[in-house]
Amino acid sequence: MHAVVELRNLQLELHRFHVRLAVAAGAMFLLFAILGARFFYLQVVRYEHYHTLAEANRISIVPVVPNRGIISDRNGVVLAHNFSAYTLEVTPSKAGDLEALINALSEIVEITPRDRRRFRKLLEESRNFESVPIRTRLSEEEIARFAANRYRFPGVEINARLFRQYPHGELFSHVVGYIGRINQRDLERLEESGQAANYRGTDHIGKVGVEQSYERELHGVTGVEQVETDAGGRAVRSLSRTPPVSGNNLVLTLDAKLQQVAYTAFGDYRGALVAIDPRSGAVLAFVSKPGFDPNLFVDGIDVQTWNELVGSPDKPMTNRALHGQYPPGSTIKPFMALAGLELGKRTPHYAISDPGYFTLAGGAHQWRDWKKGGHGIVDLHRSLVVSCDTYYYGLANDLGIDAIHGFLGRFGFGNRTGLDIEGEAGGILPSPQWKMSRFRQKWFAGDTISVGIGQGYIVATPLQLAYATAILAANGTAFRPHLVQHIQDSRTYQLKALPPQPAGAVPLKPENLQRVKNALVDVTRPGGTAARAGAGAPYAFAGKTGTAQVIAMKPGERYDEKRVSERLRDHALFIAYAPADNPVIALAVLVENGGSGSGTAAPIARQVLDYYLLGREPQPLARGKDDEHEPRD
Amino acid sequence: MSPAIRNLGERLTRHLDGTLCGLVLALMALGLFVLFSASNASFARVSAQLVNMLVALALMWAFANIPPHYLSRLALPLFLLGVGLLVAVAAFGEVVNGARRWLDLGVVRIQPSELMKIAVPLALAWYFDRYEANLRLGNYLVAAVMLAVPVALIVRQPDLGTALLIAASGFFVLYLAGLSWQLIAGLAIAGLASLPLAWSALHEYQRQRILTLIDPMQDPLGAGYHTLQSTIAVGSGGLTGKGWLNGTQSHLDFIPERTTDFIFAVYSEEFGFLGNLILLALFLLVVARAMMITARAPTLFTRLLAGALTLIFFAYAFVNMGMVAGLLPVVGVPLPLISYGGTAMVSICIGFGILMSIATHKKLVQT
Repeated sequence: MHAVVELRNLQLELHRFHVRLAVAAGAMFLLFAILGARFFYLQVVRYEHYHTLAEANRISIVPVVPNRGIISDRNGVVLAHNFSAYTLEVTPSKAGDLEALINALSEIVEITPRDRRRFRKLLEESRNFESVPIRTRLSEEEIARFAANRYRFPGVEINARLFRQYPHGELFSHVVGYIGRINQRDLERLEESGQAANYRGTDHIGKVGVEQSYERELHGVTGVEQVETDAGGRAVRSLSRTPPVSGNNLVLTLDAKLQQVAYTAFGDYRGALVAIDPRSGAVLAFVSKPGFDPNLFVDGIDVQTWNELVGSPDKPMTNRALHGQYPPGSTIKPFMALAGLELGKRTPHYAISDPGYFTLAGGAHQWRDWKKGGHGIVDLHRSLVVSCDTYYYGLANDLGIDAIHGFLGRFGFGNRTGLDIEGEAGGILPSPQWKMSRFRQKWFAGDTISVGIGQGYIVATPLQLAYATAILAANGTAFRPHLVQHIQDSRTYQLKALPPQPAGAVPLKPENLQRVKNALVDVTRPGGTAARAGAGAPYAFAGKTGTAQVIAMKPGERYDEKRVSERLRDHALFIAYAPADNPVIALAVLVENGGSGSGTAAPIARQVLDYYLLGREPQPLARGKDDEHEPRD
Repeated sequence: MSPAIRNLGERLTRHLDGTLCGLVLALMALGLFVLFSASNASFARVSAQLVNMLVALALMWAFANIPPHYLSRLALPLFLLGVGLLVAVAAFGEVVNGARRWLDLGVVRIQPSELMKIAVPLALAWYFDRYEANLRLGNYLVAAVMLAVPVALIVRQPDLGTALLIAASGFFVLYLAGLSWQLIAGLAIAGLASLPLAWSALHEYQRQRILTLIDPMQDPLGAGYHTLQSTIAVGSGGLTGKGWLNGTQSHLDFIPERTTDFIFAVYSEEFGFLGNLILLALFLLVVARAMMITARAPTLFTRLLAGALTLIFFAYAFVNMGMVAGLLPVVGVPLPLISYGGTAMVSICIGFGILMSIATHKKLVQT
């Protein structure tokens, strides 16, 4: 009986399965019938329409590339623009033997070994059916010669293209950046952000600097043209056209002349300078020296030149201002002094007797002052004017690392400033937690002492130093540093201002602020460490010198500039703002291996301030290198 | 012919299904012809594809000779291996074109989602067969979870097209196993209701592909380009086509992916409406033969497996042709047995091998 039921169940189940199968069969048949009907509609009913589209007039849809926006400085000086030129391009899939082809081409137009190297590199990065330039900027004569021989070269074409040009060469290389050919990585990023369609036809994309970070504004909207093409695929006439929308123009906050003055002021030194308007965060000059010629990247850089740039000991590809991290040295002292006053660890009249070194209670280690024998009686004012190290060793010890970390953090140390170009380094504002996670070591009291004079674990970028100086100059009000002042709409020519972005405020007591600021003005006056650089200035300016060690000194050893090879010499630093009572410019200068802040960095700042405030062209300044009595710090 | 050779021949072909073999070979031959045209007469491409086909046929033969009950033993380990590999992909897969689909094993790079195309229906068929005596709602729930895990992993890669097809293959098994009509209707309604939610979860490029279907001219250079150009190719083929090697759309580079996912556009342009009908008929015959095998399959396991494999084959063909003809959004699904590419060729032929095994081992069991 049981078996019968099971058998019947099986029968029933099988029946049910067959019904399901039949339903599926019906559905499949129906879906195929729909496909068949669609084919009928496309191929029989609408045949004429599609036939016209494909066969009689082969319509191709061609992207029309928009003009890239122009970048200029605040006074309208052009920093990046476009020019039109003819290029000779090869489509590899149609060309056959490339080596033979290029050899044959070189008999008609000049093709240098550099062109060949560049072509080979571009070839690797591009797809087979894309045309790749073998020569750019053809002369009229070369165009004519090629036109006469064109039948010999299938797959080779002359195209008119727009090229990017950077008229100031290396001057703005680290801030304006450059564009380069779109590579696989760029393509994936465009794909991901849904912009791939807008880049059909575009060969170049911003790679670094403003060119990269404002890519969306600069690129514009690609137009579409429906063209009728003949059997050879050449355009016969245009059927309809949606014109492209040019990219928007950018007006930067930079002052080209100021940038030039700053760049030149470095002479043969390497280094960085960032100048900021403390009232808005507008970046007025952004120098990283040496730079490189951004024009090399536009047509695709060849491997040899690239290797030379990357391999150079001067590191021209490194953006020192943006991600070079240096110990701030004594330029940290104004901020430490403020911390001491604000947190009640120092009064203005508290003074120490400086023996030339500092020791922790019960400790044997001596932290030496830069001046052998010390500075004598030193109060807060004098500690800044003569840059007394001993004063700040003690102050740092009294404040403790947590208080230092908290206070300096408000001036932007240890954080990216948020400048509107990519690649910024954040520096290090050390704390016990940081040391634990970085080195798996606990914080020692001695670690705090060096931080007091901007040595030890603390490092900052020149941009961060300039930002902190700007906050100080603006009495604690912070604005995010930015490079773009206006965006000009390419259609309406209207300028859209990018308003200053407040970035918080550091609450400071006016009397404390005034004390520190007064001392900083005296730094540039007779008796101060920057007296030489301040001599004869018709305006009052505040400054602070600094020196950052490149090599560690053994205990008991004294730094001797003459004994140390050039690359291991100390970095020179200077921060400044002016005019002292109502600052319109704040800056930080870093001179790599410059020796002393007062000797090399401060004179550069003076030239920049003179130009910005007085419009005075720089004059050759006597540098302090030959001066035996120049303060080191 | 000597009896020994005839005997050997008989033993070698014992487990092959003549009708199915004939149809598969006919489609493959057609595929080579189209590929020759689509690749601009590239013998290299054609011979590479020929190698793919020979490998696939060898595997088909091998699988035809594996009795179904061995397959059912393989089902669970294969499924678990597949899921494990998918997890590995999510953890340390390689990113190619913005999606994490490949796993680099040092020697070879594999795409585990391909394996799941066979492993999922196999595992589900095995599962239902195991609980054949008394299927309850709980069993369907377990099956749904077995299906959801790999599908979710593949969606995350992201590879929506493959995920949907694998989800469909699992659904086919559930459907054939007797998932109640009310539940199917309920799922359909729930699916429709959650469409807005699904829309917001899609990637921007996926949304574009769907919007494009409605109005290709909205983005003629971007997402709409494939559909626009392939529709022109199909439509301009007309009744009888432009003739082999004469497709203008194809040969002027208008059709992207024209040897792989869009090869049907080339075929359609060159062979026209009549050619399309012939191809549809060939696919229908394959499906019909596979349905017959399914109907006669001896056990629940073989019935479910055969039915699911049949429906999957159909789904591939339908989705691909629908996509080329502008009926469905652009998803990366090859046209079975025609598109260039080894992986799909192999997985389709393994499916046929299993079908043949089911068809031929039944007799042995009965006698």
